[in-house]
Amino acid sequence: MALIVFRGGFRTNHLLLRRTFLFSARRDSSLLCTIQQHHQRSRYNVRAESLQATESKTSSKSIQMATKELVEKKTRGYEAIIGIETHVQLSTITKAFCSCPYTYGSQPNTTICPICMGLPGTLPVLNSKVVEFAVRLGLALNCELSVASKFDRKQYFYPDLPKGYQISQFDIPIARKGYVDVDLPVEFGGGHRRFGITRVHMEEDAGKLLHSESESYSQVDLNRAGVPLLEIVSEPDMRSGIEAAEYAAELQRLVRYLGVSNGNMQEGSLRCDVNVSVRPIGQLEFGTKVEIKNMNSFSAMNRAIDYEISRQIQLHNKGQVDQIVQETRLWDEGTQKTFTMRKKEGLADYRYFPEPDLPEVVLTKDFIDQIRQSLPELPEEKRRRYENLGLSMQDVLFLANDSSVADFFDATLENGADVKLAANWIMGDIAAYMKNEKLSINELKLTPQELSELIASIKNGTISGKIGKEILTELISKGGTVKQLIEEKDLVQIVDPAAIEALVDKVIAANPKQLQQYRAGKTKLQGFFAGQVMKESKGKANPVLLNKILAEKLNCPS
Amino acid sequence: MPFPIQNPRLLLTPRHLPFPPNPISLPPKPFLRPLSSAPSPSPQTLDAIPSSSPPPPPSSSSSILSIRESLLSRRTKAAELAAEYLDRLRRAEPRVRSFLHVSDAAMREAEDVDRRVERGEEVGPLAGVLVGVKDNICTADMPSTGGSRILEGYRPAFDATAVRRLREAGAIVIGKTNLDEFGMGSTTERSGFQVTTNPWDSSRVPGGSSGGSAAAVSSRQCVASLGSDTGGSVRQPASFCGVVGLKPTYGRVSRFGLMAYASSLDVIGCFGSSVVDAAIILSAIAGHDRLDATSSKHEVPDYASLLVSLDFLDSKPLKGLKIGVIQETLGDGVDGGVISSVRSAASHLEQLGALVTEVSLPSFSLGLPAYYILASSEASSNLSRYDGVRYGKQAAAEELSFLYGDSRANGLGHEVKMRILMGTYALSAGYYDAYYKRAQQVRTLVKKNFNEALNEHDILITPGAPSAAYKIGEKTEDPLAMYAGDIMTVNVNLAGLPALVVPCGFVEGGAAGLPVGLQLIGSPFSEEKLLRVGHIFEQTLQDFRFVPPFLTES
Repeated sequence: MALIVFRGGFRTNHLLLRRTFLFSARRDSSLLCTIQQHHQRSRYNVRAESLQATESKTSSKSIQMATKELVEKKTRGYEAIIGIETHVQLSTITKAFCSCPYTYGSQPNTTICPICMGLPGTLPVLNSKVVEFAVRLGLALNCELSVASKFDRKQYFYPDLPKGYQISQFDIPIARKGYVDVDLPVEFGGGHRRFGITRVHMEEDAGKLLHSESESYSQVDLNRAGVPLLEIVSEPDMRSGIEAAEYAAELQRLVRYLGVSNGNMQEGSLRCDVNVSVRPIGQLEFGTKVEIKNMNSFSAMNRAIDYEISRQIQLHNKGQVDQIVQETRLWDEGTQKTFTMRKKEGLADYRYFPEPDLPEVVLTKDFIDQIRQSLPELPEEKRRRYENLGLSMQDVLFLANDSSVADFFDATLENGADVKLAANWIMGDIAAYMKNEKLSINELKLTPQELSELIASIKNGTISGKIGKEILTELISKGGTVKQLIEEKDLVQIVDPAAIEALVDKVIAANPKQLQQYRAGKTKLQGFFAGQVMKESKGKANPVLLNKILAEKLNCPS
Repeated sequence: MPFPIQNPRLLLTPRHLPFPPNPISLPPKPFLRPLSSAPSPSPQTLDAIPSSSPPPPPSSSSSILSIRESLLSRRTKAAELAAEYLDRLRRAEPRVRSFLHVSDAAMREAEDVDRRVERGEEVGPLAGVLVGVKDNICTADMPSTGGSRILEGYRPAFDATAVRRLREAGAIVIGKTNLDEFGMGSTTERSGFQVTTNPWDSSRVPGGSSGGSAAAVSSRQCVASLGSDTGGSVRQPASFCGVVGLKPTYGRVSRFGLMAYASSLDVIGCFGSSVVDAAIILSAIAGHDRLDATSSKHEVPDYASLLVSLDFLDSKPLKGLKIGVIQETLGDGVDGGVISSVRSAASHLEQLGALVTEVSLPSFSLGLPAYYILASSEASSNLSRYDGVRYGKQAAAEELSFLYGDSRANGLGHEVKMRILMGTYALSAGYYDAYYKRAQQVRTLVKKNFNEALNEHDILITPGAPSAAYKIGEKTEDPLAMYAGDIMTVNVNLAGLPALVVPCGFVEGGAAGLPVGLQLIGSPFSEEKLLRVGHIFEQTLQDFRFVPPFLTES
């Protein structure tokens, strides 16, 4: 029953949930998140006063220093070596080897067929989209592609593996020898890194076991069996939790930019297994590596790895290196620790051999070229382009994080908007709205065209910044055009000194008592008068003119 | 008891021609749909046949064509035919034990054919033809066990592609035939359910693993049957039972629905009492299937329509055909009677005009060990799915490892377990290179040797098996001796080539002698050529009647 209710919830809230996930990269990472939220809020406040964004970097700098120092202090004398295996679930319409659809959260065993159930006599037939997606990612990761690759069988017994083997790629993966470029977050000291990609290969996912809580049985759900995966193996190039987390976040961005996966960690569409070892600086051979699983956010990855590094260093320092053993450890969010799941008893023998049911995968030059030409601008290129526009790294990272945000930004610029102002609006009010309403930028009624119109209207003085913010809210939630809203609501800024003077006179005449007090020396009452005049003008009075005229009137009685 | 298949040449009608040479005999009914399009003006593309001969209608001793003829001319009803076959099946079954399951829908399906014929509707080329299907080939309405206890009572949700195509052509599946468990064996003694006997001598094995399908056709329990051939499982039992057995090129027939034994070697093949019948069945089941990525897109000719009746051939119909006798198959370890049968078949072919020479395949003896390594390796993987978790017999167990262990220990037979162990060993880390990889190298060598031999010869011939049918129990204690019996056939699977076994003579044994089969091997997708040569051979071999004596005794 619980499952059915759960599913119902998913159905009705499907769109909503998806929207949430668009920002999961940031939301998940509570460490990143705390700091970023802080930044955003302060920036937002600053902008609320005036639209000139003045970033106070002092606070972030102190955090950077603290974090960096902390890490350095902890790892003194040692170096951590981190490699990551990432499984990305491909968002193909059908599974890898049969025509079943796959939808996360479907009722158990509803998206299965004789083929993905491994019934006797059934055979796999490769979904060509899987190859296309693998090539897309392979190219995006700057890999060498294998013109002819093949599938192999990886054999082991488990109830979620219907055939008793997983169709995978063993000695000839479809792509290898690539790299990925990453910009570390500013609050972690920033910096550009290049991490090597050992290989990318295609394989199928297994089903899931549902363990009964009260009873001593488990149930098998084969919905996920046969869903296509790409496994991406990195070189052991990462040295800290944040580097590893950023590597994974970049993979997430890539697969989303490329449209090959939703990259969702909570749904298990992006799963990272991290290998961590530690060695004294200067030592050439690697230390014993430990595998960590069960991290379902980038922030968890960061913390799990840093925890594991310090655990291993402590053992080194205590002279208990022999207690670092080859094992799989799970990250426990509750205790913020890793603990042993299973020790490796020798190397598992998967008895790989070539999959005889599938012909080899041959890539033609035309096919590869076609895909290469269809690749979108990738996150790294986008970041370099934004950097060249003069945006700060903080802005660059935010805008390039989500391709739809970046597209919106680019479209706003194409309509002639100022780079910095467009960035500020998107990262400020628009981002806040999206966050609160859990919407993606494409779901807003606001178009890039109108945002640039709005920016222009403020810049040329047609409306005030304050009115601009009001209009924006209207545009985001209800749509429409800036021009139409200004006309409809009669919001054009009052810049006629005579008109403002009339309003000032009216307010002064209506508040003789306050005038008297003001003239008696209580000059801070000017704020009161300004507020009253602004109210009278329905917020349309140009504040500079208003204050100028008001001061003249208050101080020079006529 | 009258046989529809006896004296078949009298029933021959050249129905395939738009203008039958003999218009007096049974003019086509308006609803009569030709089995195939008209033959090309000179269908005898065998170099030997002079193009001046008149366009020959296909003819043969075909049971399928006879059935079609009598149904369409309304001389017989499909229901009568089905009743006759079912009756014969039941009477032969206690002796032969070739069926694991007999369809209870056959009569109904036959009556349906009759209704369609009466209404003048078009019926498929196999309308009313009763076909046996090896039990490792899935059928939606019948159990499919693969001969294994672990799948006792298992009913697939779908028809194998080959079965679906047979049914679409109008065939009636009469039942599921016995086999060595999952195709692993050469005698049908390794079935998890029963031992099938040889129709020619019930103290002998019918061969295997498709022993049930071969024995069923031999004892006329069905018109034709499907088998599967991984290392000779169609051809060796065809030899032992005196029927025609066809192993198509790898990929010619979809494997979808065939319980995998060794996927890179498995092929669905067929049995008939004549070459024409095998050709008609192949036409029905061959062709690309989107459910089998290894199935070929190579065009499927209408094999039967290209077969030439002897009446339209000159005295040297095989003139110019180059036949190579594989030296290594007529030496030590091969029964003397078999050797002389094959040698006389060779001289018979020579008399028909063929140029027969000996050819050596140096890798021939390497094929057998390589085959057993590769087949066992793939089997160890393919049979992993029989774990008792999702279907089949599940052992009661408290722990997962016991559930696996007990289900497989109880459900799988000795021979199967032995091959799983051998295959697991061959694929294990540290042994892979010495066994699996090496066997693959041998496979490449075997392919190369065959290519070379087939560059110089149109067809290669060998015995279908090194001996005639042996006694039940004779080799059960000596698996290596049994494996050695596959020497004639395994190389062909390694190379993925098509091969046809036709009965070619007898050796002493049993009450009336034991049949010997001649194997014809061709290049990939040369089934057409093999069938035409086989058909000519079959028609000119008039001294032999390959009908088991017990059928005429009663």
